[in-house]
Amino acid sequence: MTDLKMKITTENVHAFFGTNEALKGISVSIPEHSVVAIIGPSGCGKSTFLRALNRMHETVPGGKITGTILLDGADIYAMDAVTVRKRVGMVFQKPNPFPTMSIFDNVAAGLTMNGIRDRKLVKEIVEESLHKAALWDEVKDNLGKSGVSLSGGQQQRLCIARSLAVNPEVILMDEPASALDPISTAKIEELIYELKPHYTIVIVTHNMQQAARVSDYTAFFYIGTLVEYGITKKIFTMPEKKQTEDYITGRFG
Amino acid sequence: MKRTGYFLYRTSKNYFFYGMCVVGTLIALVPLYLILYHTLALGLPALNWNFFTQMPKPVGEPGGGLANAIAGTLILVGLGACIGLPVGILAGIYLSEFGNGIFGTIVRFLTDVLNGVPSIVTGVVAYTLIVIPTRHFSAYAGAVALGILMVPTITRTTEEMLRMVPTMYREAALALGISQWKMTLRIVVKTASGGIVTGIMLAIARIAGETAPLLFTALNNRFWHTTLDQPIASLTVFIYNYGVSPFEDWIAQAWAGALVLISLILILSIAMRFATRSKYQASSL
Repeated sequence: MTDLKMKITTENVHAFFGTNEALKGISVSIPEHSVVAIIGPSGCGKSTFLRALNRMHETVPGGKITGTILLDGADIYAMDAVTVRKRVGMVFQKPNPFPTMSIFDNVAAGLTMNGIRDRKLVKEIVEESLHKAALWDEVKDNLGKSGVSLSGGQQQRLCIARSLAVNPEVILMDEPASALDPISTAKIEELIYELKPHYTIVIVTHNMQQAARVSDYTAFFYIGTLVEYGITKKIFTMPEKKQTEDYITGRFG
Repeated sequence: MKRTGYFLYRTSKNYFFYGMCVVGTLIALVPLYLILYHTLALGLPALNWNFFTQMPKPVGEPGGGLANAIAGTLILVGLGACIGLPVGILAGIYLSEFGNGIFGTIVRFLTDVLNGVPSIVTGVVAYTLIVIPTRHFSAYAGAVALGILMVPTITRTTEEMLRMVPTMYREAALALGISQWKMTLRIVVKTASGGIVTGIMLAIARIAGETAPLLFTALNNRFWHTTLDQPIASLTVFIYNYGVSPFEDWIAQAWAGALVLISLILILSIAMRFATRSKYQASSL
């Protein structure tokens, strides 16, 4: 892992909700063009960690971060939050297309609201993003329809297309398939595999089979600490810590 | 057998409460029916084309209309909305998106207090602030009084409606690298626009029906106003003056004025709903 180029490096990251400490010193390195899965029982801080990576944690009242998070070696907390979020996109647990917008406008939102006026360019990017999100064939004749008229799985792929449209380098996924049926879940997992060569993906999941299927590296979190982090195959076959083994085999969680 | 008795007791209790709700609803509908019935029955016969095009006639002369009062009400409400809408909507956005601190709490409390201030008090304040220094009654003074009356209603409804927009849409926008003010205006306010428009309509309907503050500020005018720093006519003040007069045709015109006022508000409501309806209205709001 050491000879890989690191996209994101966190050093001793602590996260707080008011006085409640949700992360207790997390240091992780995420290699470029890899998929990193974060697993752990509810309330272990996986989502908080994910939201620290694109500075969304601080939008929660009382949310505070200490420590260093480097994106390509530069401290994201020294950058403008809006710039960070353009480079580090996010897909949420519950599909959340903008309810007042059409399918087209949803994908275009990140572009048009950031001042890109060139209609032709926007159209091209929207089509390309929908292709990448494997949704184009299903919606190409209905781009003017409401985004929320789609099925849950389609809505989630619409949200993925929406975040791809602003051309991020990293995509954070917060349990992206937990609200979806098995077929939609399979589609999302396939999509993650296809996106991997071009993006760095960090995915939080409750589903351990999913982590084993889609990720190159897995991090196991427990009550705000990082218990174990390494190559997925190794974590799932020969974990070093007893706690990890117990969680993976379902003895606690 | 015992079980059947208990079942009967439960169902009868259910029917009893259902019946109470129906009775309450019917009682609530009575005043609405009375108002609509009387305004239509007494207002329609006095309503004709002249009512909209002609000026009030002197006492004793039959006919004439309230063209100046209809125009005056539209101008007063329009000017009042120019003051009340931007202030109210911006204050509502502030309270919802940024007003979690002590200052927001104070503003929220004061807005509720302002909402409870009788409109005649607002009229006296506008009289003291504008009419006395300028030494004459004017349309401006009336508009300021009406504008102040609109602010609390619009502020609180805007705030409530914006708070109903789920956090997940705010987060989705922020995570796309959209700045906070664009996210607020183009995602949050747009999603809540249906509810905000309802609040605006309530506020406009309220000020269009105000009489007391206008007596201190816009006064009234039996003639056509030439500038806005003159006293201006309004339907409500004419309804008030004509309604208590001893002349039959004036009383009839007061009813016609009431009918026109209600219709104006209704037309405006429908037009605004139509103009601001979204193609993809959020079904949850």
